Amino acid sequence: MDQVLEYSPILIQGTITTIELTVASAIVALIISFVVGLSRFSRFAAVRIAAIIYLEFFRGTSAIVQMFFMFYVLPLLGVHLSPLLAGIIACGFNLGSYGSEVVRGAVQSVPRAQHEAAVALNYTTYQKYRYVLLPQAIPVMIPTFGNLLIELLKLTAVASLITISDLTFMAQIIRVQTALTLEPFLIIMVIYFIIASCLVGIVDFIAKKINKGRNITVRKGI
Amino acid sequence: MEWNWQVVHDVLPQMLQGLVITIEATFIGALLAYVLGLALAILRMSKSRVISLSIYWTSEFIRRTPLLVQLYFLFYVLPDLGVFLSPLAAGILGLGLHFSTYTSEVFRAGIENVPQGQWEASKSLNYSRYQTMRYVILPQAIPPMIPPLANYLITMFKETPLLSAITVVELFNAANIYSNSHYKYLEPMTLVGVFFLIVSVPSAYFAMWLEKKYQRRSSRMP
Repeated sequence: MDQVLEYSPILIQGTITTIELTVASAIVALIISFVVGLSRFSRFAAVRIAAIIYLEFFRGTSAIVQMFFMFYVLPLLGVHLSPLLAGIIACGFNLGSYGSEVVRGAVQSVPRAQHEAAVALNYTTYQKYRYVLLPQAIPVMIPTFGNLLIELLKLTAVASLITISDLTFMAQIIRVQTALTLEPFLIIMVIYFIIASCLVGIVDFIAKKINKGRNITVRKGI
Repeated sequence: MEWNWQVVHDVLPQMLQGLVITIEATFIGALLAYVLGLALAILRMSKSRVISLSIYWTSEFIRRTPLLVQLYFLFYVLPDLGVFLSPLAAGILGLGLHFSTYTSEVFRAGIENVPQGQWEASKSLNYSRYQTMRYVILPQAIPPMIPPLANYLITMFKETPLLSAITVVELFNAANIYSNSHYKYLEPMTLVGVFFLIVSVPSAYFAMWLEKKYQRRSSRMP
């Protein structure tokens, strides 16, 4: 145990890298979720088909395969990404495909009458989504997005395989240098668990806050 | 970067051998996940708070930590504790254990969705707890569980490349070994992606079809 404590600086560094990777890919994933998810409602067939191809491609292949593809194959095609960037893009694009389905499902779950009301009020498409559909759909998305965020955190561990020095990578370093096995892996599992639990807490807080705000607006409306 | 069919010809036999391992790991892992998941779901509904809470937090711990780290844990730590497993066995155990915490939620939701009256009826017929589960609850609970369980089968299939990290030569690792020794990344990595797409996209549509099928059946019930 003492031996592992000597390595606490690199564990802290690994924790920071893992959190950075999670936050950065979460932002990428969130943007992709909305862009791809809302593209599914486009009036242009080409846009809808492109969104479906994106979805099936990233949901149908394994995240680790995508990561290795970006890390090893893209440089051969002339696209050079740093390991961290490849990790962020792979994690973000992968989770974005799952997220896009959440966005699509949530928007579809808004009652049909709301769509019709927006059309009846002569809202533009932008206004319809901005003022009618999304405010009702976003609270529905939050819990599932919370689950996806945990999946994303876990996915970042895979990035250690493309030489990103995150927590899992650091645990491997400790294992190789000290020949200890139980301690490094147990410690990083606890760290992952703590980070995940914090994320769960944050998402719950946001969900509560949004639902609270919604109740107030409903009361005002009445 | 030119696509080289000779490379495809060379790597394909090894990849097909890897595919067999992938399929083996997926199905045995899934079987383990289903059996363990059902056990976890039943234990979680135990009347004893100690049992149900400890099952809850154990599942949460497994669910909030990365599968990759759990695989490392099984692969590196178990031999130190005197348990020697082949890499494939450790991988299957890891997959099964990790996903049993997900399938247990499916089982629990399925069981809880059986109307309360069914429990009461079995009680009034003086059924034992085993008989209630075996003859009344599970036959009604299982059909709606099939689509989500099928989805987890697909998810597990996509997670099998992680087993390459603990030296299992499955589909992805077979390609990766070839890539590293011949320094040809484009063809093997692309092929892996194509293999995954070929299997998982049709299966995903099949799962969607199952979902529709069982939805219709349940909505016909009063």
